[in-house]
Amino acid sequence: MIKIRDLKKSFKTKIVLDGVNLDIEKGKITVIIGRSGEGKSVFIKHIIGLIKPDSGHIYLDDKDIVSLSESEHSSILKRFGMLFQGAALFDSMTVAENVGFPLREHTGLSSKDILTTVKEKLRRVGLVGIEDLMPAELSGGMKKRVGLARAIIMDPEVVIFDEPTTGLDPVMSANIGELMLDTQKALKTTYIAITHDIALTFRVADYVAMLHEGRIIAEGTVEEIKNNPNPILQQFLTGSTKGPLQVT
Amino acid sequence: MKDFLESLGKKVEDALLTAGRIGIIFGQVCHLAFTPPFKLRNIFRQMEFVGVNSLFIVLLTGSFTGMVLAMQSYIALNKFGAESLVGTTVALSMTRELGPVLTGLMVTGRAGSAMATELGTMRVSEQIDALYTMAINPVKYLIVPRVIAGVLMLPILVIVADLVGIAGGYLIGVNMLDINSGVYMARTEEYLQMSDIFNGLIKAAVFGLLISLSACYQGFNAKGGAEGVGKCTTQAVVMGSVMVLISDFLLTTFMF
Repeated sequence: MIKIRDLKKSFKTKIVLDGVNLDIEKGKITVIIGRSGEGKSVFIKHIIGLIKPDSGHIYLDDKDIVSLSESEHSSILKRFGMLFQGAALFDSMTVAENVGFPLREHTGLSSKDILTTVKEKLRRVGLVGIEDLMPAELSGGMKKRVGLARAIIMDPEVVIFDEPTTGLDPVMSANIGELMLDTQKALKTTYIAITHDIALTFRVADYVAMLHEGRIIAEGTVEEIKNNPNPILQQFLTGSTKGPLQVT
Repeated sequence: MKDFLESLGKKVEDALLTAGRIGIIFGQVCHLAFTPPFKLRNIFRQMEFVGVNSLFIVLLTGSFTGMVLAMQSYIALNKFGAESLVGTTVALSMTRELGPVLTGLMVTGRAGSAMATELGTMRVSEQIDALYTMAINPVKYLIVPRVIAGVLMLPILVIVADLVGIAGGYLIGVNMLDINSGVYMARTEEYLQMSDIFNGLIKAAVFGLLISLSACYQGFNAKGGAEGVGKCTTQAVVMGSVMVLISDFLLTTFMF
């Protein structure tokens, strides 16, 4: 569904993406792993168009979305949903207003219909009766779940997750993982997640790719990744301090 | 000497880059302001924030400035036996200069700083990116209503500042300085032209544009965490105030 070809991006003299190639299959959960600062966020921001690459191509259903005009790209964006690392909920809006925001902006639905859809999506992520709370009143895990409800409110074809479990306790992380699996199965959506949470990766991923020094150095199913002899990958998976990955 | 020139060159380059970027945002705002859909609710909310919520501070500033102006001008005019012109001095100073400039500076400090802080916080917490990913143009959604509110509300606030300033001057002139009420008003009406008021209002609209644009620009370009937001707020107030003062000089020269 999404093909990334020779994607390159530098910021001043720092090369962040150095020719990334990756195929993301439709209706599957693809997880991109890698150390902090390896450009995972930069990579997914390219997919959704928040950052333009220096060179390379991103094909969505064989259409190169890198060269699209602003208005064409705007219509493509409606096929995407995104859960940000800090959830990125709007501080000035209630939970219901946050989740229903895309519907209010892009559809002619009545307030009553929007609220019904909002409640249904919130129920899907395990939240009931919090529609009138403000984001500041929510815990980290609740914010992520509200963020997920907002990301799927328009029934997008692709949902992107930026570090979905960062800052959460292990139980809440596992809960987010289950929600990802449940919602993906129910909605048949393509999920792309970036994380350095190995437990989450093994729990949810259909396909895993590791980004290191601007390139994909290993990819495959969870089993293939576990059995891949690449020393960088294995050190990352085991969390060892000894190996080619140095702590700087 | 070489270092000094280098640092000067860098500052000039940065200033030109900033001016260029603000120019680009201004161009986008002009285009998007007339592109449907029109979110009137957002515009009214910003008008309330910039205008209604600034009313108290403008009333305070305007009235006290008018009163002080009456006392100070009385000292000078008394030396020439021209006390009756205190009202004229107050009215002309308020409408042409002090009303717009002081209101501009007050709105920069109150609303401009708040705009920069809000947008800066939205930037660093990825809320602006979130808008983009929801196919909502952040410039149209966040900057256009604020700029429209600035351009529309500053002139209204200046009318208020002018009125209370003149009223403050009248109170001091008539009650404290013993100037005849009729003479005070007659002189004011005699010399105050509609063009004086309009010149002030044109200045106010330009100030509103510059204050909101610089605040939004700084907020949109905030980087880092809380420190970045604090920095962008400070820069918004400094930039807004400097732009008010420089544009005041240019507009006064042009409309003199």
